[in-house]
Formats: sequence, C-alpha cells, structure tokens
Amino acid sequence: MQDMGIEVLFQGRNFVRLLEGLWVTVRISVFSVIVSILLGIILGMIMTMKNPLLRIITRCYLEFVRIMPQLVLLFLVYFGLTKMFRINLSGEISAIIVFVIWGTAEMGDLVRGALTSIPVHQYESGKALGLTTVQNYCYVIIPQTIRRLLPQAINLVTRMIKTTSLIVLIGVVEVVKVGQQIIEASRLTSPSAAVWVYGVIFFLYFIVCYPISILSKRLEVKWRN
Amino acid sequence: MEELSEMKTPGETLVEIKNLNKKFDDTSVLKDISLDIHQGEVVVLLGPSGCGKSTLLRCINGLEKIQGGEIILEGEKLNEQTKRMHLIRQKIGMVFQSYDLFPHMTVLENIILGPRKAEKRAKKEVVKEAEELLQRVGLLDKKNAYPRQLSGGQKQRVAIVRALCMHPKIMLFDEVTAALDPEMVREVLDVMLKLAKDGMTMVIVTHEMQFAKAVADRIIFLDNGIIVEESDPQTFFTNPSTDRAKQFLNLFEFDAI
Ligand SMILES: Nc1ncnc2c1ncn2[C@@H]1O[C@H](COP(=O)(O)OP(=O)(O)O)[C@@H](O)[C@H]1O
Ligand SMILES: [Mg+2]
Repeated sequence: MQDMGIEVLFQGRNFVRLLEGLWVTVRISVFSVIVSILLGIILGMIMTMKNPLLRIITRCYLEFVRIMPQLVLLFLVYFGLTKMFRINLSGEISAIIVFVIWGTAEMGDLVRGALTSIPVHQYESGKALGLTTVQNYCYVIIPQTIRRLLPQAINLVTRMIKTTSLIVLIGVVEVVKVGQQIIEASRLTSPSAAVWVYGVIFFLYFIVCYPISILSKRLEVKWRN
Repeated sequence: MEELSEMKTPGETLVEIKNLNKKFDDTSVLKDISLDIHQGEVVVLLGPSGCGKSTLLRCINGLEKIQGGEIILEGEKLNEQTKRMHLIRQKIGMVFQSYDLFPHMTVLENIILGPRKAEKRAKKEVVKEAEELLQRVGLLDKKNAYPRQLSGGQKQRVAIVRALCMHPKIMLFDEVTAALDPEMVREVLDVMLKLAKDGMTMVIVTHEMQFAKAVADRIIFLDNGIIVEESDPQTFFTNPSTDRAKQFLNLFEFDAI
C-alpha cells in the first residue's frame, strides 16, 4: 500500500492542534517582542549615557546574555528558580522571562548603536531650536533612530520567533512539540508523516515571519522617499 | 553689496558677555572675552581657524558649559543647567556650517517643528508664516521636498528660515557658506544681507571678506581665544591696528604675478 503521509495532517484534530501549537509560539513571541522592544529602547538610551557605573552594569548584562546560550537561560530560569527559591513558574512564563531578558539586551544594543549613529549636530540643531530634551528625542532623534534600527530589529524579532522552538525542552507544548506528538502517534501507520508535518511547520513559521519582513521592506521604501 | 554700516545707530544691549572663559579639559579656548551686542547690530567675527569663533557662538547659544564669566540675554543669565535653557534658546536662532536639517522631515515640517512643539503655536498660522518666509528666500516650491533633494545652498536657506520662524531676538551664523560650492554662496549671503537690512541682530562667522565688509556694523577679530581687535569694517579692512590682523588679512590678498 502506498504511504500517504499527508493524510496524517487531516486526521482528527491534527491540523487544528498544529495551529494551536503555533498560537502558543506566536503568543510567547509577540508578548516577549513587545516588552523587549519597549525595555530595549529604555536600555539603549541608558547605554548612551556617560555615567561609567551604568555603562559597566549594562555592558555586563549584555555580555552575560550574549555568552549564555538561550537554552541554558531557559533551564536556569525554569529549573533553577524552582530549585533555589521554590518559585514555581510555568514553562510559558519562564519562556517569556528568558525571551524578555535576551530580547531586551539585544534590542538595547541595537538601539544604542542606532542612537550613537545619529550625528551630534542633529541633537544640537534640535536643541538650538529651543526644543526640550524630551521633545528633541520624540521628534528628531527617535524617528531617525527607528529608521536606522528597523532592519536589524526585524531580524531580531524573527530570530526570537524561531528560537521559541527551544521551549519544547522545558515542557511547553508549542508548534514543534505538537508536530512531534503527531509524528509519534502515527509512526506505525504512516512512517513518512514526519516530512509532511515538518513541512507544514516550516510553512507556518514562514507565514508568520514573511509578513514581518515584507512590512519592514515597505517601511524602508516609504521612509527612503 | 551695499554698505549698511552708516545707516544704523546702536540700540539697547541685547547680549552681554562678561569675562567669558571656556576650556576644553585644560586648554583655554576663550580667554576673558567681554563683548556687548546691541539690538539691530551685525557683528562679524573674524579670525584664523581654531581661534574659538565657533566655540564663542556655541557658548552664546548655551551649547557649551562655560568655566567662567557670564552671558546675559535680555537681562537673563544663560546657564547650561537651568530648566529654562530651552526657553532662552528659543530667542536665539543658529545656523551651522554642516547642513543640519532633519532628514526625515520635509522642508515645511522642518520649519514648523520648533514653532509648533517648542512654542505651541497654532499650525495654520505657523504654516502660513513658513510659506511666506520660504517665498522670501525663493524656495516656496520646495516646501514638500526632503532635504536630500535640495542643493547645499537651498538647504542653508531653509535652515535660516527654520531659525527665523521662531522669531529669534538674535541670529548666529557659523560659516554657513563654508561647505558650499562657490556658485551657491551668493544666494545664501544675499538672504543674510536682506536680514541685516531688515534690522535683525546677528553674529556672523565667515571667511567671505567682501561680505563681511558689506554686512558688518562691527568687526571682532579673535586670535587664540582673545579679542585682539574691534573696530568698524572700514577701519579694520583698510587700516588694521594689530600685526595679527594685518597678517590675517594678507591671507586673503593675492599679489599680481
Ligand atoms: N569639543 C571639543 N573638544 C575639545 N576641543 C575642542 C572642541 N571643540 C573645539 N575645540 C578646540 O577649541 C579650539 C577652538 O575651536 P573652534 O571654536 O571650533 O575654532 P574656530 O571656529 O575659530 O575655527 C580649537 O583649538 C579646537 O581644537
Ligand atoms: Mg569654526
């Protein structure tokens, strides 16, 4: 008999389950990304300050997060916090904490880079016009920063979405995990299901990430004019 | 360019600079500068590169911390720290050498930003004024262009309009034509001459000697952070009293071969 792995996708609630798994992925990513962007902007602004103590602290934080593989951070928060402080966090909350810690650090560094790439005379022209510091940032500096930041920020967002696949390992049932469960369950009946299931997962990641990069291209073109 | 100097009588003191001292780290850049600028007066600052002209303008606009002395604008002391500094700066227009328009805004948006946000004026009225000013410098048709679509001379004229739209009490110009191609210098200088004629108080740093002669009520010659000579343009250009000024002026002369 011909092996129709594709049928596995339409058996029972399999496809819906994959979508539910995707929703977990998207939920964690979107929440982490939004919080990371907001905190990252603040962190980036702090990183451009001249205060040496703040510089050292933010630098250490950034290096620490960069050196640690995300998986280790996930284990550290999920298992470590539970063991050490008897705080019981769900896998999803742990994942969000880790992604926010990581995303904020990376975003902060991108914001710092973008802010320092704005020429000094832009700050001074705003000041010379009589804008307050806050107005200067709101109308002159930040809009230009965002335009410079956007391509790298989008890259970070898609990386964060993809890295959520690691959270399987702390027991969160997201899209990849659902896929594995489906493959397991149909191992005997359709051995080639894996190809189809992973194919669909590939496609699902694609439809999440592709619009984001389209949007970023649109904005880049719009802002160039 | 016509001579304007004879027609004016000095008005009240607008800016008082008393014993100004400015250091970068340990090097003194401005040493004990005292200078009064009167209402409606056009002061041209001359001097060799690195003598502190830009720094002096930046001090007047409160962009630099000063280490001694004081700068008083209309009776109010400038102070980098004060919360009111942005309000004081609204009375001072400044145009820099580097084109400093905001690249993400159109010409019109550039001009109305300050009046709208810093002064909270009504949009309609500000746009109307901006358009009138653009008309005066011959750039009304560029109001919706972005800075990178403009030539250097056009950018500088817009920068001047942007500063003017804030109704400043005084305008500071720091070598605004130094980065321009020669054929664009004139269009910018003409705008400044017109302003002078309309009675704007101005402090101008320039290397255009003909222009300096035509526009100035008073020439201040700075060297090494010190005011070396101070006189009316006629005297300064024909009969400078110091050797340093003579040497400096010689740099702009060519001997026939
Ligand atoms: N931000 C700065 N830090 C250190 N030194 C500076 C700075 N700005 C200017 N200087 C120094 O101060 C002196 C005066 O500079 P400036 O006012 O720009 O001269 P000018 O405009 O007359 O050419 C120069 O020796 C210059 O090197
Ligand atoms: Mg200079």
